[in-house]
Amino acid sequence: METAVFIVCALIVLAGGLGVVSSRNPVHAALSLIATLFGIAVLFLNLGAELLAVVQVIVYTGAIVVLILFVMMLLGVDSEEDLETEPLVGQRLLAGLVGLLFLGAILAIIIIGKESIVTGSHSVTSAISPTVSNITQIGTELFTTYVFPLEVTAGLLTIAVVGAVVLSRRPRDLEPIPEPESMTDMGDEPLTAIPEEGAH
Amino acid sequence: MNMLGGDPLLSGQVDLAVVLIVLLKVVGVFAFLLVATMLMIWFERKVVGDFQNRVGPNTAGPFGILQTLADGIKFFFKEDLIPDRAERRVFILAPLLTVVPAFLLFTIVPFGGDFSNGHDGSVELFGHTTYLQLADPSIGILFALAMSSIAVYGVMLAGWSSGSKYPLIGSVRASAQMVSYEAALGLSVCAVVLTTGTLSTHGIVMAQAGSGWGGFIPHWNLIAAGFVPFVVFLLASQAELNRPPFDLVEAEQELVGSYHTEYSSIRFALFFVAEFMNSVTMAAIIVTLFLGGPAGPALLGPGWLWGIIWFLLKMTAFLFLFVWVRSTLPRVRYDQLMDLGWKVLIPLSLGWLLLLATFWVARDQHWNGFVTVAIGAVVGLTGYGLLKAAIATSKARRLEGVVD
Repeated sequence: METAVFIVCALIVLAGGLGVVSSRNPVHAALSLIATLFGIAVLFLNLGAELLAVVQVIVYTGAIVVLILFVMMLLGVDSEEDLETEPLVGQRLLAGLVGLLFLGAILAIIIIGKESIVTGSHSVTSAISPTVSNITQIGTELFTTYVFPLEVTAGLLTIAVVGAVVLSRRPRDLEPIPEPESMTDMGDEPLTAIPEEGAH
Repeated sequence: MNMLGGDPLLSGQVDLAVVLIVLLKVVGVFAFLLVATMLMIWFERKVVGDFQNRVGPNTAGPFGILQTLADGIKFFFKEDLIPDRAERRVFILAPLLTVVPAFLLFTIVPFGGDFSNGHDGSVELFGHTTYLQLADPSIGILFALAMSSIAVYGVMLAGWSSGSKYPLIGSVRASAQMVSYEAALGLSVCAVVLTTGTLSTHGIVMAQAGSGWGGFIPHWNLIAAGFVPFVVFLLASQAELNRPPFDLVEAEQELVGSYHTEYSSIRFALFFVAEFMNSVTMAAIIVTLFLGGPAGPALLGPGWLWGIIWFLLKMTAFLFLFVWVRSTLPRVRYDQLMDLGWKVLIPLSLGWLLLLATFWVARDQHWNGFVTVAIGAVVGLTGYGLLKAAIATSKARRLEGVVD
């Protein structure tokens, strides 16, 4: 059962990942990203980490990708970009090489390690207590053992928000840029737009 | 597999009978939701008709009760149009993305059960003990938040994929509105979770069951969490549902029909059904969170029947409230909507949450309750004053033209 769920989810995650990098339309790429994130959420469920699964859906699928899509719609990135030009020269080749190296490294670990990579010992990341629900465990740990990092993170996020507000509301230049002549009412001529040359 | 959580049905050995009971519950909830949605559409049209001194639907069936069914059948036979400039695949996907979360949302709602005289809400079903709710995961109410946060995709993608101006504007508005009000919604749910000490919906209902204070005032979170989270949740849920007075998403005068302008036939019907289904589910969730769900005294006859009766009564009361608000209040302006969300509801629910937390800590530590709450209130009011001052200053500076 667990294996079957894993295989289905892994396929969805991989297909989504491929979709993100290969879609020409940015909205399609974002949709593929949603599929990937959902697949990962189900994988978390499969491992018995319900809280992580829900947080994954609420934070990543429900907020971050929504914001990504929101910005795309606001800026109107619906025209297909020219994907032929490379901002870095030879980046396609380099990316392929790095990907191959990574694949080779993983394969090498599996081949060299043989049985010893599956130790059968308990993972250090498993639940502390098998009986208490993992929400309670995470909550207790967060607010006892890790309360200081938690507070620091909260402070950091607050600073980031305040910083964003401050940066986006920079004081104006003291001398405002004068408005163009045609837009101001000089009092002696009717307020009409001067027809541009070559218009109509 | 504790994914389905605390339901005693799944704690023992899972045999064929258990699987069949779960399937029966799935079919039951599905049918209930469809029928409830159908009746809700009829109810809304009929009640709005009464408010406006009209008759409302009255031809199909007794009191026009089958009007929705007739409309649905009509939609099936309409021509299915896909605009030329539409993004075909996403256009087809969007209505489904709206309907599926609407269905899933109801799975965690306890819609019945015997909570009278200290029972724990379980009922006997074919010799097995079970809860009358489809699933009782330990993440409970977080699942509802997750589903309502992905419901925005249907609206967004429908607007974008239509390849047309009004739907796009509508969907950008919708996503901004839904993301803004989700924070207030989540914070007021936090207050409930803090009061009851559990995320499971069954646990939340259990905490509100019993004879209550003085034997007659029910132990509802409406009172136990203070009145504020309830009000915030009610307002935020209306905004989340895009219902009037917060229906800027589909303001007909400005946006034709908003995100579903280009939709026709059964695809439009899916949006329509999802909208009303979300109203029904939201009413059910409000009842679960704040009014004790199916908990209530059994007056006459079996206790399990009274669970369902109380649940339906409370839910109908809220659905009537929704329709009442819709037919009474005018639509708010867009800046008013955003001001209400960001400058009123979020600070209010955040402050209230902190106050509640202080109250509970004081109870745990045996501090003097009144002094603690008084200090908390003073700190909260100071924070509110600072916020007010900050908003006033920024407004003044904007008027002076120092900042944009």
